[in-house]
Amino acid sequence: MSAGSNTPDWAALPEAIAPPQANGELLFDAPWQGRAFGMVHSLVDAGQFSWDEFRDQLIIALEQGAVGAERYYECFLQALEMTLVGRELVGQELVDARTAEFAARPHGHDH
Amino acid sequence: MTEPHDHDHSHSHSHEPLDPVALRAEALESILIERGWLKSAQVDDVIARYNDRVGPMNGARVVARAWRDAQFREHLLADGTDAICSFGFDGAQVEKLVVVENTDKVHNMVVCTLCSCYPWAVLGLPPKWYKEPEYRSRAVREPRALLGDLGVQLNSEIEVRVWDSSAEVRYMVLPQPPAGALPEDEQELAELVSRDSMIGVALL
Repeated sequence: MSAGSNTPDWAALPEAIAPPQANGELLFDAPWQGRAFGMVHSLVDAGQFSWDEFRDQLIIALEQGAVGAERYYECFLQALEMTLVGRELVGQELVDARTAEFAARPHGHDH
Repeated sequence: MTEPHDHDHSHSHSHEPLDPVALRAEALESILIERGWLKSAQVDDVIARYNDRVGPMNGARVVARAWRDAQFREHLLADGTDAICSFGFDGAQVEKLVVVENTDKVHNMVVCTLCSCYPWAVLGLPPKWYKEPEYRSRAVREPRALLGDLGVQLNSEIEVRVWDSSAEVRYMVLPQPPAGALPEDEQELAELVSRDSMIGVALL
């Protein structure tokens, strides 16, 4: 029942795949979770992929992950990646390489 | 991979432990920014919007204004979508908003029997029970008993109206103000308005 393919309608997601929230507000346990949410929202808004495409990947990621609410955003990020890779917008190797590159940064880096 | 890419220092990561998922999120964001599909500020904006500007407090402000301003109240009941334009809520333009007024004779409540359509621009994200089959079916089958279980005891002469939301039309209840003296200040007044009262499952 999405309100249009380029409108993120977080409120209409079934409970099983909805972002963790309390009293109408989203809960982010770590800053990266908010970034992941913001990325998906912005990309759907900009029409890079549709709301339905992402939602389908989210369902798959959450099913495969079969994890509790505390790991919701891991699956969420996975769903974003799968949407981008599936659309050939971004290559998996590039994401892996960039992640490795960031992991190798000297700890406490700030230029 | 030596090509320069945007190092974004607006959000600190330097003293956080190296959580692999956090790194992956950061990697993905940096790639998307490089490609020009995303700006860091857009992501910041979405987070700020959902943290601070989407939530039941939006609806509460609308209700407070309607209580104080008869002209606004009329406008709100006649054309909710148009009336709330001036508040500048995010997403408010997406669906049609219909506001239904509780009176001494009528009590309104909102449900989405099909899924979980909800006026998120004014109420934020729906509570868990709103999406559960029990609420969705009982709201239609036996609204009065359901309201009773939720602590809303209604005189049998009061008519109960149940509004079924859809992707196109979202409903919000304009509750009756609490009895007694009300604060003059609109912001203070808004703080008296609960989310549940705007779904129609609580009185004030």
